[in-house]
Amino acid sequence: MSDFHSPSIAYTALAPMLCIGAAAIVGVLIDAFVPRALRWSAQIAAALLGLVGALIAVAVLAGTHTVTADTALSIDGPTLFLQGTIAVLGIGSVLLVADRSPALDGGAFAAQAASTPGSADERAGIQAGRIQTEVFPLLMFAVLGMMIFPASNDLLVLFVSLEVLSLPLYLLCGLARRRRLLSQEAAVKYFLLGAFSSAFFLYGLALLYGYAGTVSLSGIQAATLTGQHNDTLLFLGLGLLSVGMLFKIGAAPFHNWVPDVYHGAPTPITAFMASATKVAAFGALLRVFYVSFAGLGWEWRPAAWGVAILTMVVGSLFAVTQTDVKRMLAYSSVAHAGFILVGVIALNRSGLSGSLFYLLTYSLTTVGAFGVLTLVRDPDGEATHLSRWAGLGRRSPVIGSVFALFLLALAGIPLTSGFTGKFAVFSAGVSGGATPLVIVGVITSAIAAFFYIRVIVMMFFAEPVADGPIVATPGGATAASIAMAVAVTIVLGVFPQPILDMANHAAPFYH
Amino acid sequence: MRVDYYLYLSAVLFTIGAVGVLVRRNAIVVFMCIELMLNAVNLSLVTFARMDGNLDGQIIAFFVMVVAAAEVVIGLAIIMSIFRSRRSASVDNANLLKY
Repeated sequence: MSDFHSPSIAYTALAPMLCIGAAAIVGVLIDAFVPRALRWSAQIAAALLGLVGALIAVAVLAGTHTVTADTALSIDGPTLFLQGTIAVLGIGSVLLVADRSPALDGGAFAAQAASTPGSADERAGIQAGRIQTEVFPLLMFAVLGMMIFPASNDLLVLFVSLEVLSLPLYLLCGLARRRRLLSQEAAVKYFLLGAFSSAFFLYGLALLYGYAGTVSLSGIQAATLTGQHNDTLLFLGLGLLSVGMLFKIGAAPFHNWVPDVYHGAPTPITAFMASATKVAAFGALLRVFYVSFAGLGWEWRPAAWGVAILTMVVGSLFAVTQTDVKRMLAYSSVAHAGFILVGVIALNRSGLSGSLFYLLTYSLTTVGAFGVLTLVRDPDGEATHLSRWAGLGRRSPVIGSVFALFLLALAGIPLTSGFTGKFAVFSAGVSGGATPLVIVGVITSAIAAFFYIRVIVMMFFAEPVADGPIVATPGGATAASIAMAVAVTIVLGVFPQPILDMANHAAPFYH
Repeated sequence: MRVDYYLYLSAVLFTIGAVGVLVRRNAIVVFMCIELMLNAVNLSLVTFARMDGNLDGQIIAFFVMVVAAAEVVIGLAIIMSIFRSRRSASVDNANLLKY
């Protein structure tokens, strides 16, 4: 047996991940040792420091190309772009989570997740004003997984980071303060289906290991070029691996969990899942297909076309039939996954940079839109039924216009970030030879625009309902998060060039 | 001795697990079926490692076991909490979220 050589690790290149990991561990220690009265503010400080530190580290590292930790991690343009995006989304989500102002009636999270809903124990906890702070470390561990996911350069790291990001999310889904049965049900569904899909991912990993004799993405690419291995293992493995990743991005036919889980989870967590998880999972999907399987484009693209078309059609059509704003946004996120898949399928440099740009614009708008949902309230929590939103824009014009802006951006109307993103992805699709796919994309965008505009019409032109929901005055944290989303949505719509250039320079994967 | 029989065995175990997830009602049993799928994968990994004569597959199997253990902790906590509020662990009773 040969001697063991310890791998060289470029710690500076890993600084963004180390910052987040440190913040998560400090969060656990704060929960253990800091007095109860100080915990909440200490946790917010630790989480925000970690995220801002990671963002600064990403900015400093810009331009780095390196493969480190014995080819396990690749720190290159796309990785840093996505890690920066995830850090910004983390800041937005932590701000939403942190808002416990009186108008929001104690925040979105259960006083004590372990107490049974409706029990005396639960009532006592709420009356005593008890508050648990485990949500912050869990959130930071999820962010850590998401940071590693798009950077992974071999399938094992990909699998481990997939689990590191998923396991905290399963728990976070079950922590809602109101409608707790719904929330717990969402957690069970997400957990069972998520674990099921990661088992498929893992079997794909094993078959590809059997195919190539290695799990590194470059090693698999090299094996596909020789063509001297067992193709059955290759295609079975590739298919199973894709099932695991398509589940995470919520592409049809693996999207059934999306509306239920987004609906049941606490809204700040939904905002986080809908944005950051999608960014991380698409980052990993892009890397796997662009690095390992680019040479096999002819084999996997027909299947990917089918998935993309199905995803766009199912997402848009089902969104039209929804009567709940939260579920409508969930189906719209399925449709958006289909639009980004067009960029993935383009399989060229502009496809990669277009997808990166789209992910940034879509995810920030989504955080803002779910942030607005936390503010529109009935006495028993958030008012998410569509009929309750009638006339909302007349009674509170500011919140109405902000939400209308987000909906227009999601619909892809010019002068919002959504239009620039869609244009980037669709033009890449045309140049990559996927013109029919782009036509389907444009038609489904038109269907999607219908239901976004319907909500706007309802908010501004319908008579307000008599006992309609109250629009809570946002606390500073929620206001900051929504303001950030508004700013990005407008700036990237009117003046997108600097960020587009950044995505273009990020483009090729380094492996 | 031919080692590829172990690959077929692992495929059969994986399929039994997947079918179990789809047809069983009790969340705990569904979860056990997922564990069966993970262990079927472990068998594949070890067999491939033996066929290729490198150790990577065996090391990966250890990682899978650690991840599976973490998943058990999270999963049982979630199933326990829903059992306490509903007095049932059947996945058919959890039907508030639909359409």
